[in-house]
Amino acid sequence: MGAAAGSPAQQYNYEVIKKFAIMTLVWGVVGMAAGVYIAAELAWPHLNFGIPYIEFGRLRPVHTNLVIFGFGGSALFATSYYVVQRTCQTRLFSDGLASFTFWGWQAAMVLAPISYMLGHTKSREYAEMEWPLVLLVEVTWVAYLLVFVGTIMKRKQPHIYVSNWFYLAFILAVALLWTFNNLTIPVSLFHMKSYSLFSGVQDAMLQWWYGHNAVGFFLTAAFLGMMYYFVPKQAGRPIYSYRLSIVHFWALSFLYMWAGGHHLHWTALPDWTSTLAATFSIMLLLPSWGGMINGIMTLSGAWDKLRTDPVMRFLIVALSFYGMATFEGPMMALKNVNALSHYTNWTIGHVHSGTLGWVSMITFGSFYHLIPKLWNRKLYSVKLVTVHFWLATIGVLLYIIAMWISGITQGLMWRAFDAYGNLQYSFVESVAAIHPFMVMRWVGGVFFLTGTLLMVYNCYMTVRAGAPETEPAGGNLQPAGANA
Amino acid sequence: MFNFKHEWVETNVGVMLVLVMLAISVGGLVEITPLFFIKNTVEPVKGVYPYTPLELRGRDIYQANGCFYCHSQMIRPFRDEALRYGHYSLAAESQYDHPFLWGSERQGPDLARVGGKYSNEWMVQHLISPRSVVPESIMPAFPFLEQPLAYNDIEQRMEALRDAGVPYALTPAENARNIKQFGPKIAEELYIPDAKKNLIAQARAGDYDGHPGQITQMDALVAYLQVLGTMVDFSKYPNDQFVQDR
Repeated sequence: MGAAAGSPAQQYNYEVIKKFAIMTLVWGVVGMAAGVYIAAELAWPHLNFGIPYIEFGRLRPVHTNLVIFGFGGSALFATSYYVVQRTCQTRLFSDGLASFTFWGWQAAMVLAPISYMLGHTKSREYAEMEWPLVLLVEVTWVAYLLVFVGTIMKRKQPHIYVSNWFYLAFILAVALLWTFNNLTIPVSLFHMKSYSLFSGVQDAMLQWWYGHNAVGFFLTAAFLGMMYYFVPKQAGRPIYSYRLSIVHFWALSFLYMWAGGHHLHWTALPDWTSTLAATFSIMLLLPSWGGMINGIMTLSGAWDKLRTDPVMRFLIVALSFYGMATFEGPMMALKNVNALSHYTNWTIGHVHSGTLGWVSMITFGSFYHLIPKLWNRKLYSVKLVTVHFWLATIGVLLYIIAMWISGITQGLMWRAFDAYGNLQYSFVESVAAIHPFMVMRWVGGVFFLTGTLLMVYNCYMTVRAGAPETEPAGGNLQPAGANA
Repeated sequence: MFNFKHEWVETNVGVMLVLVMLAISVGGLVEITPLFFIKNTVEPVKGVYPYTPLELRGRDIYQANGCFYCHSQMIRPFRDEALRYGHYSLAAESQYDHPFLWGSERQGPDLARVGGKYSNEWMVQHLISPRSVVPESIMPAFPFLEQPLAYNDIEQRMEALRDAGVPYALTPAENARNIKQFGPKIAEELYIPDAKKNLIAQARAGDYDGHPGQITQMDALVAYLQVLGTMVDFSKYPNDQFVQDR
């Protein structure tokens, strides 16, 4: 191994990874701060101030887009470029194209929030961008696919490492989803506004086919790719089961695409579609837990690291939240549970146990491994990582507990009847009843954001002030096949 | 044996690309494409017509301000929702909605049948200052809706929707078709060449915002809210009429 001479920083394109890594932290802070602010707006509506640009309905897509695509997306670009180079033991296929993906993606992340605040939106959740931005992302994404596949094609290892399967499925699936869910007709070439090509029930199904698979591929498959590299790296052990990774990869890729209809239970979507979607959602539990087990069991025989290594703790707790969220999801896809949970805060809590508990935590853990490697420095403070870990964990727990309680309260109050068969509560009584939990959710968000700020400080100090560390040349990860 | 086979995939990126594309394409093909072809996906029902120019601009403003994040427009077939909101929503009722705005949350109540439930005055007061009429409300205040409505591009907007399949009429022939389908009164509103005239006339006659002299975003939004759920007359159908199409 280590065919090429010179240090990894010379052998590989680390520059674009560093840039993406920095922007991951920037968008993480901005996107989470936007989330904290809109959470406050829901608790204290005066914070909308009657100003159009910052009212909840315009800021919500700013929050969701910046955390999913800004923070999550940049983290995926950074780690996928890192992992594909290290595991293929070759430099990125094209430095220029890679740099283009950076600037294209960042331009979209700057322009999209501004456009939402100005009222330009397609009103499709997690695909709010109007058509010019859709095209920008589309072009960037094709470049990403070229860089990624091109790099795999010039690999110096016969085997494509398991992480790259997941990244590849993610890039392909997102391309497919993004293209079809963004088919709109612009009002004119000089007009931001466009109208969806589809309407009503078909439009709804298309959107939630996209919406659920934005979760399935952007926030799950891709982050599993991240997990499959950084968990074994940090643990210093090979992946628990090679076979399990094969089975759960293909099952996950196939099954996820069927599940979107469970967002439309009891709506005007035909029953056959949502029932089919619910069935596949339940099956999805198996590959999801396959991934979780494969990740957690990688630590088998080195459990003591959970006590001594806070980075490992981030990674394993992320996997635990992944397991929990992917159990909760199929349960909420059951029609009778969904009848209670749909339209309530429970759904929002569920999303956040995935995004804060799984996506963010696996990113934090991976970045505490990655940042020192990229800059060839020792991590500034392990103690701060521990503090970050507890702030993040307490934050997520406060958040999801608040949302469980308020969501189930909403659901039960809406369907409550009095002794005469009339509705027991007016709608606004349910709004008033959950106020304390909306405050609690905000507090959870503040905890989480504070932790992220600590991480930014820790990373900044690592890059600026940390001691240089020498690293042997070349990657030393085993090819997938060797671990069977 | 098993390992050997998969080794072929994981050493050939082309094979992997093709197999992944196959794996991720099936679900959507099976679940989405039939919705365009199975006839009773959108059940036959009388009374649903495309939005008038003013209502359309109102819908744009509803979208721009992200109202759909907190207000669903999709009533489910439950007893409590029937009592609170009315008859469950039919697919036919959003057949001209590009995009659909069914929503996914209820931080506020469902609006699928809010039309006609409150007076225009109440709507305006509630939008400008929600807590002056509902003290516990967490809705943002929208005083800025009282700005003039931009409607110079209304024809272009309707033409884009026409390209997407909404029966707005551009030619006299299309207008004749609309008269046959929707009746002369509604067909007039769907005739693109008269869009500006119709928009102004509806805003003047409706005077939704209480300022007859100007046409504001408030006029358009309230006009849109007041038409929601009013198109189908459910008293004309037997109780279980639509169950067969679910």
